[in-house]
Amino acid sequence: MKVLVAMSGGVDSSVAAALLVEAGHDVTGVTMKLWGGESDTGCCSVADVEDARRAAQQLDVEHIVFNFGDDFMTHVVEPYVAAHEVGVTPNPCIECNRHLKFDRLLDRADALGFDALATGHHARIVATAGGGQRLARGADQAKDQSYVLYVVPSSDLARVMLPVGDLTKAQVRAEATRLGLRTADKPDSQDVCFITSTGGRRAFLGDRIALKPGRMVDNAGTDMGPVEAMELVTVGQRKGLGLAGEGEPKYAVAVDVVAGLVTIGTADDLLIDRLSITDVVWSQRPVYGEMMAQCSAHGEPRRVEVSEGELTATAHVRLIDGPIRRVAAGQSVVFYDGDEVVGGGIVFSSASTESAAGSGS
Amino acid sequence: MSAYLDHAASTPLRPEAFEAMLPWLQSNYANPSGAHRLARHALRAIDEARDVVAACLGAEPGEIIFTSGGTESDNLAILGVHDAVGGTVLCAATEHHAVLEPVESRAGRLVPVGPDGRIKLEALEAYLGPDVTLVSVMASNNEVGTVQPLAAVAEAVGRLAPQALLHTDAVQAISWLDVAGDAAKANLISVSAHKFGGPKGVGALVVRSGTPLQARHIGGGQERERRSGTQNVAGIVALAQAMQITVDERQSTVERIRILRDRLADGLRDAIPDLCETGVLTDSSLGQLTSDSSGTGPSAPDRSALVAGICHVCIQGIESEALLFLLEQDEVYASAAASCASGAMEPSHVLAAMGLPRELANGALRLSLGWCTTEAEVEHAITAITRAVERLRQFRPPTLASSGLVMGDSGRVR
Repeated sequence: MKVLVAMSGGVDSSVAAALLVEAGHDVTGVTMKLWGGESDTGCCSVADVEDARRAAQQLDVEHIVFNFGDDFMTHVVEPYVAAHEVGVTPNPCIECNRHLKFDRLLDRADALGFDALATGHHARIVATAGGGQRLARGADQAKDQSYVLYVVPSSDLARVMLPVGDLTKAQVRAEATRLGLRTADKPDSQDVCFITSTGGRRAFLGDRIALKPGRMVDNAGTDMGPVEAMELVTVGQRKGLGLAGEGEPKYAVAVDVVAGLVTIGTADDLLIDRLSITDVVWSQRPVYGEMMAQCSAHGEPRRVEVSEGELTATAHVRLIDGPIRRVAAGQSVVFYDGDEVVGGGIVFSSASTESAAGSGS
Repeated sequence: MSAYLDHAASTPLRPEAFEAMLPWLQSNYANPSGAHRLARHALRAIDEARDVVAACLGAEPGEIIFTSGGTESDNLAILGVHDAVGGTVLCAATEHHAVLEPVESRAGRLVPVGPDGRIKLEALEAYLGPDVTLVSVMASNNEVGTVQPLAAVAEAVGRLAPQALLHTDAVQAISWLDVAGDAAKANLISVSAHKFGGPKGVGALVVRSGTPLQARHIGGGQERERRSGTQNVAGIVALAQAMQITVDERQSTVERIRILRDRLADGLRDAIPDLCETGVLTDSSLGQLTSDSSGTGPSAPDRSALVAGICHVCIQGIESEALLFLLEQDEVYASAAASCASGAMEPSHVLAAMGLPRELANGALRLSLGWCTTEAEVEHAITAITRAVERLRQFRPPTLASSGLVMGDSGRVR
């Protein structure tokens, strides 16, 4: 098969390419240039493109670069900034997978005559009884990336290959070492590729929007002091609010950017057992009732009951085995049947059955 | 069958230039600054090369500085003059980055160009004043092939800013234009060997006597202390050999290649009716383009203001990256805009300066011919480009891919 492999310059995608070459495929590597701004690890700096190119050279496959900078700006960066302006914290990796890797790049691969697109994600594609495909967790539970891939339509999975999904991270590194790949010891990329570790979200957002000051209040409405930048406060945050001291630890339990108010409460106030989600996608058909759900990027799977929402592509999620820490609006909830992804959506509100205090977040 | 149509990026080494290099790579490896006979041999080779280059460029031998290539020559001209005299530097908005970046680093000003890529003389005139010390206008553009009106530029500078020096980047021009004549008024002229059949890594800068210039490489004092560093003897000898042949054969090459270029452009226009031939746009045809976005330029193109070796087109609804990949499968080697260090294609500042809509510029294709281009290559390219465009047009255009609403079969709504 003619396979286009998305190579970020990291060890996973290098090994993905190597495995496809060993399996006898006609492999071409591609690196997407997505972000032209500052970046320290990232997936799109010149150094990473170089790593990808050198890995491709070692494998003796062609390597090309596609500039999708405009699309990345439109579909990932601008929505990320706009969301923060209204107090929503999106997961840009999910939007990048949705719009760039598995839409723009997949379409490009089609147009250029490739039979499949491969990536180095730790996830697997499994056949379903009905003859279709479904996404499933990677063999390495600790490195599983199925959570950020739930947005890939199952109709597209037929043209997608995830060669390292059956390997643990240790096996991937061992394979890279065996093949002598120069990326074998490269550290895993962390965090959002367009946000630098030195400047953080503050520098990134501050360069693009006027950060809005606000006030902190407790549940009773008592003023607790000023907030420098509303857009930088995340639900569940404890540090950096100037609230350290005696007594019970205090957290940001609700952030209303528009009103300029952060509600401060205790760990208990953070607990929620109901979530409402939007932009819901299903891997086959909508399924409601009891299932497992992962409610944040590194969260434990929980037993939930899912019911249909009132509006198109919305749903309600109830945690069956008790509450969890509040999930910020904009984060994704992904549903599983065992290891297999059945769907997911984006949180727009969360609440606790116990207390009336926490509607909206 | 293959077709190499990327001569503006680099053109093949002339066999004579290759032969001329060999003695200086194999048997005489002496440093030309040395104090023995072998060194004097090498120095003589450089001096003779200097004579050849001076004669080809209409300069005196002492006015030739050998450099590592076009970028160094451009940098040395702009920064070397500015460091020596200060003041304001002007350049055309479509200059190569090797000129643009130094000009911008000295807070210089960019002079706008028209839709055909030619500098707007009235804008230049408005910018010229007593503060201007250097004006840099390329002889011909590397992307689109536009020939700049150097004589008119020199006249305007002489009239409105007589104190200012004139630099011309002639890196793309040696094969196609009479640089000695066209740039006779220029105080500084940049050239690069691998654009006219010499090797990569060697170039030259003409610096007319009396031109103030601060050296950027200091050390051993070579090149009359204007460019220190041991000379690239083999490269310099080959540069001179290639330049001599190129200039000698220029007239017949231009005549032959112009016919092939016209065949290429006309063949593509016939096969792809909504194709926009870039270098021939006028104010009215550009206005039409931006209003209806149909993608066609003037019906009877006047290519007299273009060098013979470049055919630049923009193809509506096509993305250069995808097109170049498909062309490569048919062994047609071309380019779009300048590449950045990562290898990704960046939107062309030249097309932007000419006022082309971004969407059309995304479909840019530069086909550049050279001294060894054949008719068979041109015919193969027309066939391959036509086929690739047809294939890409079967797939959804990029404008739809990036629009909001896409409905997948799995019921996702975005």
